[in-house]
Amino acid sequence: MSTEKQVKVALVSCGSEYAGVQGELEKVTASVNAKLIFPEIDIASLDTIGRDFGIEAASPDLRLMMARARAVVEGITDVDGVFITSCFRCAEAAIVRNEVRRYINRHSNIPVISYSFTERTTAATLMTRMEALTTIARRKHLLARERQSGLTAGIDSGSTTTKAVIMKDDKIIGQGWVPTIKVIDSATEAFNHALEEAGVKAEEIQAIGTTGYGRFLVGEHFKAQLIQEEITVNSKGAVYLADRQKGPATVIDIGGMDNKAISVTDGIPGMFTMGGICAGASGRFLDMTAKRLGVDITELGALAVKGMQENVEMNSYCIVFGIQSLVNSLAKGSRPEDVAAAACHSVVEQIFEQQLQEVDVKEPLILVGGSSLIEGVPKALSRLLKIDVLVPPNSHLIGAVGSALLASGFVEE
Amino acid sequence: MVKVIIYPINSLILSDLVERFGHKPLAMMEKIKEKINTVGVDSPPLNITSEEPKMGLKYAAVEVPAGVRGRMAIVGPMIDEAEAAIIVNDASMAFGCMGCARTNELTKYLIRQRDIPILEVDYPRSEEEGMDFVYKIANFLKSLPLEEKQ
Repeated sequence: MSTEKQVKVALVSCGSEYAGVQGELEKVTASVNAKLIFPEIDIASLDTIGRDFGIEAASPDLRLMMARARAVVEGITDVDGVFITSCFRCAEAAIVRNEVRRYINRHSNIPVISYSFTERTTAATLMTRMEALTTIARRKHLLARERQSGLTAGIDSGSTTTKAVIMKDDKIIGQGWVPTIKVIDSATEAFNHALEEAGVKAEEIQAIGTTGYGRFLVGEHFKAQLIQEEITVNSKGAVYLADRQKGPATVIDIGGMDNKAISVTDGIPGMFTMGGICAGASGRFLDMTAKRLGVDITELGALAVKGMQENVEMNSYCIVFGIQSLVNSLAKGSRPEDVAAAACHSVVEQIFEQQLQEVDVKEPLILVGGSSLIEGVPKALSRLLKIDVLVPPNSHLIGAVGSALLASGFVEE
Repeated sequence: MVKVIIYPINSLILSDLVERFGHKPLAMMEKIKEKINTVGVDSPPLNITSEEPKMGLKYAAVEVPAGVRGRMAIVGPMIDEAEAAIIVNDASMAFGCMGCARTNELTKYLIRQRDIPILEVDYPRSEEEGMDFVYKIANFLKSLPLEEKQ
């Protein structure tokens, strides 16, 4: 990474230095070979920016945020990416942060991420987001790849399951899907399954790409050419599998531990959010519901499709108290079908409330990740957003396919 | 000599006026200077660490944003220490500002809750108002005792 160009990231914030997180922001940017830049502005513009931008914010630092965003859009400050951040729980800042993010996205091609911090925000929390931001800025040529070529492998070491695919000449010829137990052992098992199905030997593979939580460990073990976070890889994988590589799209990945909502243009992520605070909005909630209902996770979706979530009272999104609500409903005589439907609705409603508010949903909406195979989930999402939800074939292999596709860029190199 | 907290808390003009009349200004610049000059593990010194928003809990509840509590960790003790206060309302940003409107509201409120001499003046918009502004502040500062409290 050190041989790559340092990425300049504009910090558009309203006082992260007063919240005790500045050190963490500096640390995470340095770890991805990036540098935080404070866009230069004319001090007099702070008096007029409220009217010019359209939000007459009471906080001078929010006016500074708007002025800095304008400096980025107008090219007064030359940057490769923008990190917009403000305090969690500040209503005024949330309004300005969202509008500033939209403004930059509308008026420039510069990738943007937005985050609201508490004093507990650490560099590790921001790592995947910052890695994605710098990758988009640094590797646009790689992300422009639309076809897989050669013989490549992709391994997605997720928090719950590990997926591997072997691809040859734009086709998946082998796949493996195992629960994640020991990161390297599980990756080896999934990889071996995929090799066996493909009928090729590991030595024949021309390039390997890894992604997911275990990407660094697995990437090092398999001497991968590409070790990449899930946001860029999954965006690419989603539009590739859904055959929507051109134009806008929205990708939602409901993972075992967190969710990603990504606004994509021509396969390149623009805005994205990552949820990771609450297990109630993750695949884990569905897993626990299936266990409580005494069905296999693969059967939960079919059950949910037959149910009506309105028949079940859910008092909480929480994985503990929400499951308790479901148990209470069963005790009161609710049908398992209705409970399964309520669980799917709970997960997508939380994603809608907490993540999709920060990403402009543009059709097609592509749902990926293991949870997309639970039919009740796309159905609930479609009902909530009132748009068609596209679940591409092999949607559970999204990370592995995206990695194999992007890794093929290294075959030609 | 009286410890006078100024608002805006980082106003160089107000701080200078207080000093000229023989009192001790309680201002942001001094506190930040202290933080920078205090030897610590962070190099270069980071003014605010994640500890400050926790210290700020004395002045604002946990649901108040971290940036407000971080600022209050510095401003709050100055309000506690103050023996007099000068508040300039509706000041131009160049005169001094805390950056965060919520911190401004809380700072002014907490100063007003103290049982100390407080002067509240509006920021001047003309030369005439400017002269009157300085006159009022000068009179207020002159009214404060110059001797050290025993």
